[in-house]
Amino acid sequence: MEENTKPMTAPETEEEYFINMGPQHPSTHGVLRLLVSLQGEIVKRLDPHLGYIHRGIEKMCEKDTYIQIIHLTDRMDYLSAHMNNEAVCLLVEDALEIEVPERVKYIRTIMAELQRLNSHQLWWATMGMDLGALTTFFYGLRDREKILDIFEETCGGRLLLSYNTPGGVMYDIHPNFQKRVKEFIKYFKERLPEYDQLLTGNVIFQERTKGIGRLTREEAVNYGVTGPSGRGSGFSCDIRKKFPYSAYPYVDFKEILGVDGDALSRYKVRMEEMWESMHIIEQLIDNIPEGPYTAKMKAVLKLPAGEYFQRVETARGELGVYVISDGNKTPYRMKFRSPNMCNLSALDHISRGAKIADLVAIGASFDFVIPDIDR
Amino acid sequence: MDNTNIKEFVARHIPEATFEENKQFLSATVEPSKLHGLLKALKENPETLFDYLFCITGADVQGKLMVIYHLESTTLKHQVVVKTGTPDRENPVFDSITDLFSGAELHENEIFDLFGIIFKGHPNLRRMFMPDDWKGYPLRKDYTDEVNIVELS
Amino acid sequence: MGIKSMKETDFHVSPDTDRQKTNIVLTTVENLVNWGRSNSVWPLTFATSCCGIEMMATGASRHDFARFGVEVYRATPRQADVIIIAGTIVHKMAPVLKRLYDQMAEPKYVIAMGACAISGGPFFYNTYSVIRGADQVIPVDVYIPGCPPRPEALLYGIMQLQRKIQQGNIAAGRIEPVDPEEYPEPPKVY
Repeated sequence: MEENTKPMTAPETEEEYFINMGPQHPSTHGVLRLLVSLQGEIVKRLDPHLGYIHRGIEKMCEKDTYIQIIHLTDRMDYLSAHMNNEAVCLLVEDALEIEVPERVKYIRTIMAELQRLNSHQLWWATMGMDLGALTTFFYGLRDREKILDIFEETCGGRLLLSYNTPGGVMYDIHPNFQKRVKEFIKYFKERLPEYDQLLTGNVIFQERTKGIGRLTREEAVNYGVTGPSGRGSGFSCDIRKKFPYSAYPYVDFKEILGVDGDALSRYKVRMEEMWESMHIIEQLIDNIPEGPYTAKMKAVLKLPAGEYFQRVETARGELGVYVISDGNKTPYRMKFRSPNMCNLSALDHISRGAKIADLVAIGASFDFVIPDIDR
Repeated sequence: MDNTNIKEFVARHIPEATFEENKQFLSATVEPSKLHGLLKALKENPETLFDYLFCITGADVQGKLMVIYHLESTTLKHQVVVKTGTPDRENPVFDSITDLFSGAELHENEIFDLFGIIFKGHPNLRRMFMPDDWKGYPLRKDYTDEVNIVELS
Repeated sequence: MGIKSMKETDFHVSPDTDRQKTNIVLTTVENLVNWGRSNSVWPLTFATSCCGIEMMATGASRHDFARFGVEVYRATPRQADVIIIAGTIVHKMAPVLKRLYDQMAEPKYVIAMGACAISGGPFFYNTYSVIRGADQVIPVDVYIPGCPPRPEALLYGIMQLQRKIQQGNIAAGRIEPVDPEEYPEPPKVY
């Protein structure tokens, strides 16, 4: 088995040289500053410096009601906006012991899977672009626009949705929704093999990602790396299977695990997840039950005193929402367990001994969204 | 193991621990000096095997500065919550757990930055989110900042 | 589905883009230079948060802004013409933004995209680290409201910037506003 800490070929007497990658950088996916210590072109150590988009969301949550907090959670990991909203809504509904109608569960799950597809399309687009293949940027974003049209018709927004609300959803789905989703799935099933032809089998892409950034399963558990990045190393961490919520108990889907733990295996896990998302949507789209689109809720929501924790599976990993409540209408302390921060903590360890160009490939395969780290 | 067995296990190691249980998790509150020993035992003992730390939180609860650890076992599929706190606000010192769970390094930096809690044994404790010369610890309940915060009245 | 085009009078929104050229005699050379500058503004890759994704969507295949002259993104400020501030600016990022702006070569323009860059946006109240508006740090030419603004709104903002450039004087570095009293001072909230 190949170690990724290749032996240093440069002489030991060469001094270390620090460079800054970021905060303004075309391929760090946000404002991340990495202080990289180099010896020649080999990375010896890596230190992430964060805080360039720290907006104090956790402090703001202590003065906002739960319905207002939903609009802030949109802006944390904006490519899984729907799942972030869903986490807070599920927490409030669990704490107040409210039963949502079946229609709501189906709508939430379909929207969540569309959001996951959307996020993976953008990831594929920017991963290709970071490694130099600009065509993937145009292909990925062209197909993503079709999902954004569906979102816009029903939810009113393209990127930041705020469609979920405690007790249900804000408005009922548009009459065209089912037809457009089915058309989109038929269209995308022909496109996804094109993506494979373009990038997965490409010799240059494989040379740049095979064996790069190897993360073993024990390390993934130790660092808390979840989501497709953790599953690429064989860590079975899918919250949709472990603690099912919304309509996931009613559908049948596979949890995709990789074996090698390198960048190529994380890539393959995400590509397979796109197929599984479409499979989940197909099982649900024709069977949406009739009924109300929201349960009856009071105007002012006060959670009883105590602690509550809700875990959901976003496109990048496990999001945890932890609330300590003292009975008022605003939480006493609200903490978001951010998946990207735990994924970032493993970056130092796995990029020792890699070259700078490999660092870009590793960062792209992890799929960071920096505002989620800084909150 | 279910909650009663975990409670007995913790009580055997630390007799003075206090327990609370809600419908999700069992939580054990211990003194800061006993924390590292308890987490090591919970991680390494073959009956419990808590190897996945899925959430580490700092909180300022009624004057006490607390740190809350949520642990899960990937093989035995149970969860537990361990809490510790201190009423000392001038110099709160806890033991760092980066030797047991390496992912806690960035999170302990965040808790130091926002609450001022010092972790002994941390390899590189520094301010993470706020600029390096910022005064004060923003997420404490007694933090006031007339220049920067605009209150909604 | 037909696309209705806007009337030309709808573009006349501010004195900056339509000043009467009574005291500046624009020669053909100046017209030519302004035309060239306005039709080829190349932005810097600067996106802090969610508005960055809508900026990327504007550059992608459906709402292509290469047809407006915004051909490529430059990664270095030394080669860029415009900086589109897409996202929230916080205290730690403000010196970085100022340094990037200083490194750009004249003539340079600034577009503030999204509610966060205009005035702090949804993060105005109760937070300790957000700077309420990018114009507290660097001077801004065009403001585009929205959270996030649609790609069509960003295209409209670029078109207004082009009209503003076409009024400019090639000798001067900055485009001065017509009547400073018309634009009140922004509130001094940091």
